[in-house]
Amino acid sequence: MTTKRSPEPLLWLLFSSGGMVAAMLVPVLLFLFGVAFPLGWLSPPDHAYLASVVSHPITLLVLFGLCVLALFHWAHRFRYTLYDGLQLKKHRVPITILCYGGAVAGSIVAALVLLRAI
Amino acid sequence: MSAQRLYRPPVSLTWWLRKPSYLVFVLRELSSVFIAWFVVYLLMLVYAVGSDPAAYRDFLDLSANPALVVLNVIALAFVVLHAVTWFGLAPKAMVIRLGALRVPPGVILAAHYAAWLVVSAVVAWVVLR
Repeated sequence: MTTKRSPEPLLWLLFSSGGMVAAMLVPVLLFLFGVAFPLGWLSPPDHAYLASVVSHPITLLVLFGLCVLALFHWAHRFRYTLYDGLQLKKHRVPITILCYGGAVAGSIVAALVLLRAI
Repeated sequence: MSAQRLYRPPVSLTWWLRKPSYLVFVLRELSSVFIAWFVVYLLMLVYAVGSDPAAYRDFLDLSANPALVVLNVIALAFVVLHAVTWFGLAPKAMVIRLGALRVPPGVILAAHYAAWLVVSAVVAWVVLR
């Protein structure tokens, strides 16, 4: 006998861990690289220093985890935004494929970009 | 057993404009789009840093483009909304018991804000050192 298990608990776990790492890490990173450095409030680190930080194994691991979990967080939440906000629940199959397919593709790109920085 | 067919009144596409709390709910849901944008932006940065100093300079020039700054300021507002609402839910989602006592929700909330502060300070220190 086979029981069909719902993937929903796993997806929710990815959603909630992604929500937590995004809440902890994204505001400070976006403030620095998206607002403070571009507007000249703070001076950005030079290339040699930032390259050494980014290529450190711990940084690579943290950034990879952040990218993957944040993307699965997006996939889960955006799926429900489309269901509820735009009343698209009848199109749930293509929406699910688009969201989680996007998260998987984004994770692969993240791995390639991060490996390149070593 | 036959499936029930219940009448469902149609919901208008603008239901979320009817109450402030509905609007906050939808804005919170939309924050995920800006988190996805941040991942794209972060990978652009890492790609540039992983290339050479000229590519990194190009990234810094690009990031100073007014349209991109406006986008990132909006994204930052949404990401902070995400963080605040996320930590606000944590005491409801987490029930931590020490022996027979339940850790008060206020303590769980304060612990999340303290962790947020520490993580942000560590990241800023690593980047700006």
